[in-house]
Amino acid sequence: MYGTGIMRGMGVTIKHLFDTFVDDLSFLGQRYYNEDSLNVRQGTRGRGVFTVQYPEEKLPVPERFRFIPFLLYEENEDGSTTDRCTSCGICAKVCPPQCIWIERSSDPETGRPIPEPTNFFIDIDICMNCGYCAEYCPFDAIKMDHDYELASYDRIEAHIFDKDRLDKPVEYYADICPTDYAAEEKARAEADSKKAARKAAAADRKRTAANKKDAA
Amino acid sequence: MSEQKLGVGSAEETTVADPIISRFQDALRPDERKGYEGYIVAAERLPAVMTALRDDVGYDYLSSVTGVDYLDEGQLEVVYHAYQTSGGPALNLKVQVDRENPVIPSLVSVYPGADFQEREIFDLYGVRFEGHPNLRRILMWDGFDGHPMRKDWQEAYFEEEKKPFDSRWPGGDVRRSEDDNRFGKNVSYPDGFEIDNWVPESDESLYAGLNKAGSNDKALRTDTLVVNMGPQHPSTHGVFRMVVALDGETITDLQPVMGYLHRNHEKIGERNTFLQNMPYTDRLDYLSSMSNNLGYALAVEKLMGVHIPERAEYLRVLMAELTRVSNHMWAIGFLLNDLGAFQTPALYAIRARELILDVFEATAGSRMMCNYMRFGGVARDLPETLRDENTVDFITDLVDNRLPAAIDELDRFLTGNEIVRARCIGVGVLPPEKAIAYSAAGPLLRASGVPYDLRRSDPYSIYDRFDFEVCTRPNGDVYDRYVIRIDEMRTSVNICQQVMREMPSEGEVFAGKPQYNVRVPAGESYGRVENPKGELGYYVVSTGKTNPYRYHVRAPSFINLTVLGELCKGHKVADAVVILGSIDIVLGEVDR
Repeated sequence: MYGTGIMRGMGVTIKHLFDTFVDDLSFLGQRYYNEDSLNVRQGTRGRGVFTVQYPEEKLPVPERFRFIPFLLYEENEDGSTTDRCTSCGICAKVCPPQCIWIERSSDPETGRPIPEPTNFFIDIDICMNCGYCAEYCPFDAIKMDHDYELASYDRIEAHIFDKDRLDKPVEYYADICPTDYAAEEKARAEADSKKAARKAAAADRKRTAANKKDAA
Repeated sequence: MSEQKLGVGSAEETTVADPIISRFQDALRPDERKGYEGYIVAAERLPAVMTALRDDVGYDYLSSVTGVDYLDEGQLEVVYHAYQTSGGPALNLKVQVDRENPVIPSLVSVYPGADFQEREIFDLYGVRFEGHPNLRRILMWDGFDGHPMRKDWQEAYFEEEKKPFDSRWPGGDVRRSEDDNRFGKNVSYPDGFEIDNWVPESDESLYAGLNKAGSNDKALRTDTLVVNMGPQHPSTHGVFRMVVALDGETITDLQPVMGYLHRNHEKIGERNTFLQNMPYTDRLDYLSSMSNNLGYALAVEKLMGVHIPERAEYLRVLMAELTRVSNHMWAIGFLLNDLGAFQTPALYAIRARELILDVFEATAGSRMMCNYMRFGGVARDLPETLRDENTVDFITDLVDNRLPAAIDELDRFLTGNEIVRARCIGVGVLPPEKAIAYSAAGPLLRASGVPYDLRRSDPYSIYDRFDFEVCTRPNGDVYDRYVIRIDEMRTSVNICQQVMREMPSEGEVFAGKPQYNVRVPAGESYGRVENPKGELGYYVVSTGKTNPYRYHVRAPSFINLTVLGELCKGHKVADAVVILGSIDIVLGEVDR
C-alpha cells in the first residue's frame, strides 16, 4: 500500500523521540552536565539523542589523543629542571610539514654539542598533529598534548610556540597519559639497569683482566 | 602480499595479453629498468594497442593514467594501468615522449574514462593529448605559470628540493613562510598575461562548448540558458562547480569544474620522505583515512618487500572495514540531505559512525586524521580500555550489535520510503558497459551490475581469508547506488565480525624496528585498495633514496566524476544534485 514506507520511517523517528525521553527519565533529569550520563550517552549503551553540551560539558579524550606537541622536563631535588630533550633533531627531521625548529648550541671550548636545546620552536599553524615527533623521539622528550582549545586573537605572535610555552613537567604527562607513562618509565628503568649492568660487567672484565695481568 | 607481482613484465609468465604483445612486437618493448614492469609502447601506436587489448583480450577497464617527469633523461613518461573487469592483475603500459615537445594520441575515444586524467596530465605536466575533445586545464587556472608537477617547477614557498629542510636543525632559524615568499604576491603569471585585462577564456570556451540543443517537439517554448551551480553550493559536498546548460528545467549538458581545493598533494608528496606522506594521505578522502593509509602502505611495502605480522594484518582489515561503514553512513546521510530530507537522516546515520570514530580515536589518536598504518604493520596495538570498557568487548559489541542495528534502522527508515523511491528510481541510470568504459569504480560500478571488487578480484592484505560476497545491483540508478551502500555496510560488518573472531589475541603489530627514515629499493609500484568510494591507487616510483621520485594518487572521487555529465543529461536540475550525491565525492580527494 502506498505510504507504508513513509509510515515505517516515521516509526523510526518516533522511536528516537521516545528513546530520548526514556533516557531523560532514567537519569532523573540529570541528563546533562553529569559525567556518568555523558559516558553512557556516548558509549555503546547510549540511546536517544547523543549531543554533548560543549563547552559546558566536554567529551573526555582518550589517552592517545594527540594535539600540538609539548616538551618534557624533570624537576630535580634542588628545584632546578633538566630537559629530557637532547636536541638530537630527530623530531625536526621526521616532522612532515617541517614545523619544528631546534636551536642547538655547542660548547665554545670543546666545540662539542651541548645536549640541551637553547631554544625550541613549533609553528602550530603548520603542525598537522600527526604525532611522529612523539613516536620517534628516542628520549621520550616530546609528547602530544590533550589541550585542544588553542584559539587566539593573534596569529602572528601567538602561534609560534617557543620553549617556555612548550615546556611542561613530566608529572603533567603522567597525569594525562598514565598507561603510556607507566610503560615508558618501566622500559626506561629496564634500559637503565641493563646499561648499568653492562657497565658493571665491563668494569668487572677490566678488573679481572688487570688482576690476571698482575698475577702473571 | 609482497611476493605478489603486479603487471606482466617478466617474460616467463604467460598471460592473456600475450597474443597482443606478439602481434604488436614492433611497437612494444619490455620495460627493462630495474624494478620496473610492463611494456613501453611507441606513442603513435598506443590507440591501436589499447583497442586490441580492450576488444580481443578483455582489458576493458583503464584504471589509472599518470605522468612521470624523468628530468635527467629529458623524457616525460605516461603510465597506463589497464585491467580486466573479470579480475586479475594490472597490465602496465608506458609511453615515453620528449620533454620539450610532448605529444601523445588521446585515449578518450577508446576509454572515455581517460578524459579527466589526460586533462590532469596536460595541466600538471604539459603533455598534449592529440584528439582529446576538451583539452583544457583542469586543476589550475588560466593565469597559472608552468606545469607544477614537472621536476624543475618550484612553488612560491619553495625552500629546498627535499625534506628535511636544513634550516630546521641545528640552527633553529624560525620564520613564517609568508615572509619567505619568492613572488611577493604569491603568484607569478605566464609571459604576456595581464591580470587587469584578463578574460576568463577557458570559462568562455566552456560555456560556448556546452550542448544547448533541447528537444523541439513540445508545446511549451522554453529558453536555453547556462547556470553555474557552485563553486560553493552543490549541496555541501565541498567547493565544486557544475556548469549546467538548461533547456527549461531539463539539463542538456553538464561540465564539472574543479580544482578549488587543489594543493598539489603529489608535489608535496615528492618533497616528503616516504614516511612523511602517510599523514598527508589522511587528508585526501578525509572521511576514510584508515583505508587511504592502507593503500599507500601497500604500495610502498610492495617495493620494500617487508613481512607484516598477523595481528597487524587483522587490525588493518578491521580498521579499513570500519572505515567503509562510517563512510557509507555519511554518504547515505548526505544523499538524503541532497534529496531534501534535511539533517534528520544524516544525524541518525552518523550516530553509529561516532562510535566507530571513538575506536579510531582511542587506537590511533585522532578521529579522522588517523595516520595509523606504517610500512610493516600499524602504529600501535588496540588500547586496553575504551571509555572505561575493555576495547575488545567494545568493538565486539559494536560489530555484533550496534552497527547491524544501526544499518537495519537506516534500512527500515529509508529503503521503503515512497518519496525516496520516487526521487531515486530511474534517475541517473548508468549502464554497465558505460560504467566500465568511464572507469567508474566502487559502489558506482557495482550498482550497475559489474561484480568488480578488488577485495575479490585482486585480493590484497588478507582479504582472501574472509567469507563475503561481492554486492551488486542490477539497475545502476541512484536508488541502487543507495541500496548497494546498505548492502556493503552489512558485508563490512560481517567481515569485522570474522576479524574479531579470528584475530590472534596478542602478538606483534609491527615488523622490525621502527625507523623514521626508511629507504625504499628503487623501482615502481602500484598499490590499490578498494576504498569506500572506489579503487584507490598509489603509483610510487623510488630511486632508492629516502624520498619518492614520483607519488601519484588515483583518486576514485575524481575519476568517478568523469561520468557525471553523462548521468545528468535529460534530468532536472534538482536531480543533478542527487546524482552527484549518489556518486559520493570528497573534494579533498577530487582536487588533491
